[in-house]
Amino acid sequence: MVVPLNRQELMDLAKNVTGKLLLRQEIPLSAFHFTQAVEQKFIRAVPSFTKKHFTLQCNRCGNNEKRLMAQYPCSICNKTHSYCRKCIAMGRVSECTMLYEWSGPVPEWKIHADPCTWKGTLTEAQQKAADRIASAVVNKEKELLSWAVCGAGKTEMLFPAITIALKQGKRICLATPRADVVRELQPRIQQAFSDVTVQALYGGSKDKKGTAQLILATTHQLLRFKQAFDVMIIDEIDAFPFHAEPSLSFAAERAIKLDSTTIYLTATPRKQQLKRIRNNLLPHIFVPRRFHSYPLPVPQMKQVSQLKSQLKKKELPPSFLKWLLIRKHPQRQILVFVPTVSLADHLSVPLTDLLISYDIITSKQQASTVHASDGDREEKVQSFRDRDLFMLLTTTILERGVTFPSVDVIILDAGHHVFDQAAIVQIAGRAGRSTDDPFGDVLLFHDGKTEAMVEAVESIRKMNKRGGFA
Amino acid sequence: MHCLWCDEEIIPSVNWGNLLLPSRPASLCEKCESELEQIEGDRCRKCSRKTAEVVCRDCQWWESQKRNVLAGNYSVYTYNAFMREIIAKWKYRGDYILRNVFAEVFTEGYYQAFGKKKDAIIIPIPLSENRLKERGFNQAEALAAFLPNQSKSLLARIDSEKQSKKSRKQRITRKNPFTLKETLNKPAILVDDIYTTGTTIRHAAELLKQNGCPEVYSYTLIRG
Ligand SMILES: [Zn+2]
Ligand SMILES: [Zn+2]
Ligand SMILES: [Zn+2]
Repeated sequence: MVVPLNRQELMDLAKNVTGKLLLRQEIPLSAFHFTQAVEQKFIRAVPSFTKKHFTLQCNRCGNNEKRLMAQYPCSICNKTHSYCRKCIAMGRVSECTMLYEWSGPVPEWKIHADPCTWKGTLTEAQQKAADRIASAVVNKEKELLSWAVCGAGKTEMLFPAITIALKQGKRICLATPRADVVRELQPRIQQAFSDVTVQALYGGSKDKKGTAQLILATTHQLLRFKQAFDVMIIDEIDAFPFHAEPSLSFAAERAIKLDSTTIYLTATPRKQQLKRIRNNLLPHIFVPRRFHSYPLPVPQMKQVSQLKSQLKKKELPPSFLKWLLIRKHPQRQILVFVPTVSLADHLSVPLTDLLISYDIITSKQQASTVHASDGDREEKVQSFRDRDLFMLLTTTILERGVTFPSVDVIILDAGHHVFDQAAIVQIAGRAGRSTDDPFGDVLLFHDGKTEAMVEAVESIRKMNKRGGFA
Repeated sequence: MHCLWCDEEIIPSVNWGNLLLPSRPASLCEKCESELEQIEGDRCRKCSRKTAEVVCRDCQWWESQKRNVLAGNYSVYTYNAFMREIIAKWKYRGDYILRNVFAEVFTEGYYQAFGKKKDAIIIPIPLSENRLKERGFNQAEALAAFLPNQSKSLLARIDSEKQSKKSRKQRITRKNPFTLKETLNKPAILVDDIYTTGTTIRHAAELLKQNGCPEVYSYTLIRG
């Protein structure tokens, strides 16, 4: 005999399914209990596609591009079905599958009396922004952009808003495009709200349930949510892949409740956001000062003729060699950016040899190279942080989301198109991150100034000016 | 056209050779295509494994057994890391269209190995009912559909779950997981995506031969 779900099981199910849009296999119920839940109207089926004119739109990821829809002959129905290729990694959405959402009694989230266990203090600039963000949450403003320069301490600025939301029994999501940022944030957020259940969702995360009141997630994981959150915070909205991937903003928009507040965080807003700010369509708060109250390092451009062919021949520019010898702060570690994985591999040995011959490092073990598909990526970043590595050669994967206390930053072939304005501002923002060493050299080696370089330098100067530095 | 794997746009190259006869649009970009590895050079005459021996050790062992039921297997690709990824997305995620990646090579390989067997019947290795329900299609049938000869679904597969409910002894004796729907008195070519140990395919071959089929071969996409 099969026993119907009891009250506790039903409540667990509600927490599990509410605010989501799921495939049948993502709902942990037996065939019997599932049918029962549908009959009792606790779970509702939603069609997986919307037909618009002659195109299909996937209701999970919003994809309506023809080339990312395909067909298969279904052996169950003996018909040919369309399916969505775009979101297939999360299970296939096809014409013969439905999506399911919770339609039973809405579970309530805990009202926390005093959830914040963070003992630090905010600087004046941080406090001002934090108050503005918190008031947006309290007043249920639809959107607010927090534009804080690299190193302003943007995460701490969120604590008052998260606190007040938890006090009101709201559900909160902090989403970011990159999984390594989620991993870095998790212990910090958990520490700041030590009695609140925090779950982190990303591609390889163990916990995939997404049942907590406070969720950290990659923007990709939002594809499973629907009308779930009262407060949505999207970190690094200008970062890849969020800014270039329409399905992610589609997902973020669907994941919020009707009466919710969305906070965007960025250090380098893109043209589309700047335009909305200028036209008063997007309220924003600007944080022009780093937490230690020193200005942002301004990059210096170094023109080198024939740079690309020199690098190809494994020759490093003379002006770079000269800089190495006369650096004012030789104790600073060196972070070198190159545009491609192949150039990183190509320059790894010659650069290491050079540093040894200049007595800047004593062994090969003090230099390393890292890129996106490097399995030891996290360990290498950690040993650079621990100063076991003195020089790290990297692609743009380290342009943001990582903090090292005392580095000089180099870009070789800064004119390459991967170094757009935002990337250069972010890379420059790796320097001077600690109170002990608030400065750092930022050098752009190039063989022809690009608009991106000029605009990046200009915008850094402008931000410093707005921060009260002449 | 965009690459079916990495979605990079494929710009067809035009040269004097294909100016008048445009080639079929490629389904993979050059970079992805180059990561697939076709079996070339010396291979085992019986199972297509890459080896310098005429008949590999495994096949020598099979030949020493009384149940030497499979006349031979032919495969076209090796099972490298990239192929594993494609198979996982195609078969387990259910991205059916990835089948197109194999169309040309799989068809050509067939003509090379079995072109002369004009009266042979193609038999796709079936999935169990539960598996089929999960995936919505059978990858072996999807491959068989590329081939010129008549294809018949003569086999059925007993659910492995149902099988595991049977006694331990029965499982150890490895009961044949297939049943035959209809006998066949023509040569048969079993089709599947991958030949690993050859055990599954030999179960199917044995059943066919016991019921009067004169000769059984197998044609598989990958030699694992
Ligand atoms: Zn989709
Ligand atoms: Zn490709
Ligand atoms: Zn062999």
